[in-house]
Amino acid sequence: MIDLFFRSVFEENLALSFFLGICTFLAVSKRVETALGLGIAMIIVQSITVPVNHLIFQGLLMEGAWAWAGLPKADLGFLKLISFIGFIAAIVQILEMLLDRYVPTLHRSLGIFLPLITVNCAILGASLFMVERRYDLSESMVYGLGSGVGWALAIVTFAAIRERLRYADTPEGLRGLGLAFIVTGIMSMGFSAFIGIRLP
Amino acid sequence: MAKSNLSYLTNPIVDDNPVTLQMLGICSALAVTTSLSTALTMSIALIGVLTASSGTISLIRNHIPTSIRLVIQITIIASLVIVADQFLKAFAYEMSLRLSVFVGLIVTNCLVLARAESFAMHNRVIPSLFDALGNGLGYSLILLLVATVRELLGAGSLFGMPVLPLTSDGGWFEPLGFMLLAPSAFFIIGLLIWAIRSRRHNQVEVNEFPLILPYQDKPHD
Repeated sequence: MIDLFFRSVFEENLALSFFLGICTFLAVSKRVETALGLGIAMIIVQSITVPVNHLIFQGLLMEGAWAWAGLPKADLGFLKLISFIGFIAAIVQILEMLLDRYVPTLHRSLGIFLPLITVNCAILGASLFMVERRYDLSESMVYGLGSGVGWALAIVTFAAIRERLRYADTPEGLRGLGLAFIVTGIMSMGFSAFIGIRLP
Repeated sequence: MAKSNLSYLTNPIVDDNPVTLQMLGICSALAVTTSLSTALTMSIALIGVLTASSGTISLIRNHIPTSIRLVIQITIIASLVIVADQFLKAFAYEMSLRLSVFVGLIVTNCLVLARAESFAMHNRVIPSLFDALGNGLGYSLILLLVATVRELLGAGSLFGMPVLPLTSDGGWFEPLGFMLLAPSAFFIIGLLIWAIRSRRHNQVEVNEFPLILPYQDKPHD
């Protein structure tokens, strides 16, 4: 379990080794505060959606899930994309309303990031990986939390680097996006140094 | 009309490239660029989905209520992606295994949604189709370029055919294992952007050094 957690945080970091959520990663990383807000929102949403999507897949979509209704051969697996994205959108919406009602300060600081997360590829990607790798319920809980933490860690450190880079005198063509990609590449190398670390 | 249609098609290929300038749709695609054949399959799938979704959305754009337009767009895109995914599974099963979840992730590819939202919702069907096709081609161009570099230097081959003789087979080329890892794709795109921008100076971003300039957060994804 702890192994899986650290693997999803460092070694299989969604942003840096699977390129998931890179669009948001590059667009919302100009300041550390906004990056932190997005990172927290990401951890919350990720650790809810992955287990819930796991339950949906096991209970409704998997081959044999309808055996109790006399349809043992029904395989609705092809519907997983559309149902996952629907549930992610629904969960984000519910979360937004709940936060607005009970924790208005947090809601205000997360701001526009919550709805944005619906179309972040990292969320859908984590759910799809969960299906592909056949995690069970507890594993998918850990995986959801771990991949959220990993993504948040990556974007906060990246934003910190970018804040400093604004003062740097870089070549003209490299300014902005070009340099952002190269920094991400170097960070990705750094994270891949964790490959193979196992707890005794 | 014909001329402007053509410009919708050609503009996004280099001048307004979706990846290097608009910063869209990088997410799900870079992981498939370790070899040319996967990148090509991914490109074809994306162009198909993008063109079909832009066409459909543009066709019904006057009947979509603005308040729920995102839901409708996502539903249309997701249905098309499911079709593409099933198609791949039926006719190219090996390839669908190698692409794993990344065909499914076209759903959340910001490029598809961005073209639907910013172009197809406001334009007639024919320009929307051309715009989608042009953006798809621009995107595929970057994808194929990155894949060519990575496969050629990482495995010494193109489309799985050996081009540079490897040392293990008695040749002279020592493959760079680094090219097959994730960081290399970031470097290649970074350098590619540098190359494009040193040719086209209008794409260079303003220097933010004074730090008073308000920056624009463009929340796509």
